[in-house]
Amino acid sequence: MTLIEEKAAAPARVQSRPEPVHHAEPSGLVKWLTSTDHKVIGKSYMFTSLALMIIGGAMALLIRAQLASPHSSLLSFQQYNELFTMHGSIMIYLFVGPFAFGGLANYVVPLQIGAPDMAFPRLNALSYWLYLGGSIIMLLGFFTASGAADFGWVAYAPLSSAVNSPGAGPDAWIAALILTGFSAIFTGVNLVTTIFYLRAPGMTMFRMPIFVWNMLVTAILILIAFPVLTSALVMLYADRHFGMDIFSVKGGGVPVLWQNLFWFWGHPEVYILALPFFGVITEIIPVFSKKPIFGYKGMVFATLAIAALSTGVWGHHMFTTGVVLLPFFSLLSLLIAVPTGIKFFNWIATMWRGQITFTTPMLCAIGFLITFLIGGLTGMFLASPPVDFQMHDTYFVVAHFHSVIFALVIAAIGALYFWWPKMFGWYLNDRIGKVQFWLLFVGVNATVIPWYILGLHGMPRRVAVYSTGMGWHALNIAATVGADITGVSFLVFLLNVYLSWDKKVPAPNNPWDGTTLEWFTSSPPPTHNFTRIPPIRSERPVWDYNHPNAVAIPAHTNENNDKHASPPTGADDDGGD
Amino acid sequence: MKVEGVVLISIGIFMAMVSVGYWFWSGEPSGTAMLIGSVLLGLLPGGYYYWWAKHMRPRPEDRPDATMKEGAGVIGSFPHGSMWPLVFGAGAFLTGLALAFGWWFLPPGAGLIVVATLGVTMQSRRGGTI
Repeated sequence: MTLIEEKAAAPARVQSRPEPVHHAEPSGLVKWLTSTDHKVIGKSYMFTSLALMIIGGAMALLIRAQLASPHSSLLSFQQYNELFTMHGSIMIYLFVGPFAFGGLANYVVPLQIGAPDMAFPRLNALSYWLYLGGSIIMLLGFFTASGAADFGWVAYAPLSSAVNSPGAGPDAWIAALILTGFSAIFTGVNLVTTIFYLRAPGMTMFRMPIFVWNMLVTAILILIAFPVLTSALVMLYADRHFGMDIFSVKGGGVPVLWQNLFWFWGHPEVYILALPFFGVITEIIPVFSKKPIFGYKGMVFATLAIAALSTGVWGHHMFTTGVVLLPFFSLLSLLIAVPTGIKFFNWIATMWRGQITFTTPMLCAIGFLITFLIGGLTGMFLASPPVDFQMHDTYFVVAHFHSVIFALVIAAIGALYFWWPKMFGWYLNDRIGKVQFWLLFVGVNATVIPWYILGLHGMPRRVAVYSTGMGWHALNIAATVGADITGVSFLVFLLNVYLSWDKKVPAPNNPWDGTTLEWFTSSPPPTHNFTRIPPIRSERPVWDYNHPNAVAIPAHTNENNDKHASPPTGADDDGGD
Repeated sequence: MKVEGVVLISIGIFMAMVSVGYWFWSGEPSGTAMLIGSVLLGLLPGGYYYWWAKHMRPRPEDRPDATMKEGAGVIGSFPHGSMWPLVFGAGAFLTGLALAFGWWFLPPGAGLIVVATLGVTMQSRRGGTI
């Protein structure tokens, strides 16, 4: 049977140059510092962003400790302002996004499309170093005389002007975001080019895994949004130091222009954070339901629609400024629910009558669906101006976007458990993983749900103390306990990494009976990823190769074929690499 | 190439509709300018891909029946390692420090960036990790 075609000398697709003989191959630290391998860079991104998440999470726990009693004196007001600013900045700018498009996408996209590396390996390495440098500069703000930035992660003008927020801390914040902004733009360019030019033969656009589609759309959104943020930050810096008066009234500037520029980045950014994890879920659910994804083209269309709509909704963050067009932004914001709903129905239809195995990644996928649904539906409330006028800057808004981001974090944990065997060649312990999932899932919802109620009772965000007479105390204690449980879940994760590393259980090439190309190569993959590639005749090439006798499911017409999607039995199920 | 072009062009067309609606409904210039930027971001590269899709035979990755052998041949140069991204990143880091903490960080930062730019260009010609 010649099902597999040896990829005619696969390394020949990569131009090999004569290496200078007098240079020994670098090893150890030098190898890491000079590596341009997308797998090394992807892992560096993931671990750096996880370390930053632990720093940002520790700040969150401090904030929650402060709020556990009404008139706490644990933190000064100044420290509190710095902490919530840096907590938000680290989580949004340095953790969720870089983990997704720098870490996961970097590692997984070339493997899933059968490419030897990213299109611009050295630019890819530069992205990582810019990101690392920017992260260090942002944290250095804490060591300045005036403290770190304290104007909130959105840095609204005129609070962020040189008069209202003097000192080097805010400047460090701006410089850090300019560096990480360039890093994101370079990664976006790299991803688009890789996906357009380095696919394996037969991997047409409509055979790409949904994760790759989502990363393509994410990269396009990065290219739309991040240049605006980066240039806005340059303007803010020029305002602060050269008296450009772009955002200050005294020189004829317009403060609300900052909000326009910031949110023109800020709302696509929400989907830059979310779409990669939608993609992760779309990879995990079919594998552990033993069914092809329901409605492949619908998923692609929904992703594109979400991206296109998200570029026209920035004003819904500015309803209460009084200078935006309420019906326009409300309409487009509400419309985003339609493609997101399509995705939800497709995910559920994929699980429907599947043979679901509840491994940690699958539990995380389901936890994501529930938590994201809460966050998404409360977002619908806020898209309506009359409701938003009531809720703006209350804990309801805080709860809404924490639901969304926490859902993405749950998906990120699922992604780690899912791809860890591929990245390292050994499993993370599934039993401890389930403990971690339940702690995380219970913890985040126990944090967020009290916030919704607090918001409805009118508790404003960004306050360090509150009156005892408002009846907010018990709910704040509940939220603090929830946050602490969330913190414990990450300690369990670190423990799991240590224990699994200590007693390694080696993983085969395809531990989950996965269907996409990354499961065909060895675990971990060799340099330039593939020594051979199976023929690509559907969006599930590895499944086709491992189950040659299964009833063929014509690509893209699987909606009406769920009887064919029942799991293969007997002789055809001996594939698994 | 055709699908790639169509995806980008559709984004451009959608953003064009949003831009027109936004401009005539709100008359607000900054948002309109940014929306027009995203129209161009869709149409310019999308048009380029579409033009090439019309003028070249489909690549193996565009054809559903392509075999691995058709993809044989050199598709590019992928160096195993390079020190110049690190040097460039260090230069950018120092430049960032200059923005925040004092202009004396700028000369070494800019110097490293220039050296790294030269280095990466030379490396492209010569190969190797330096």
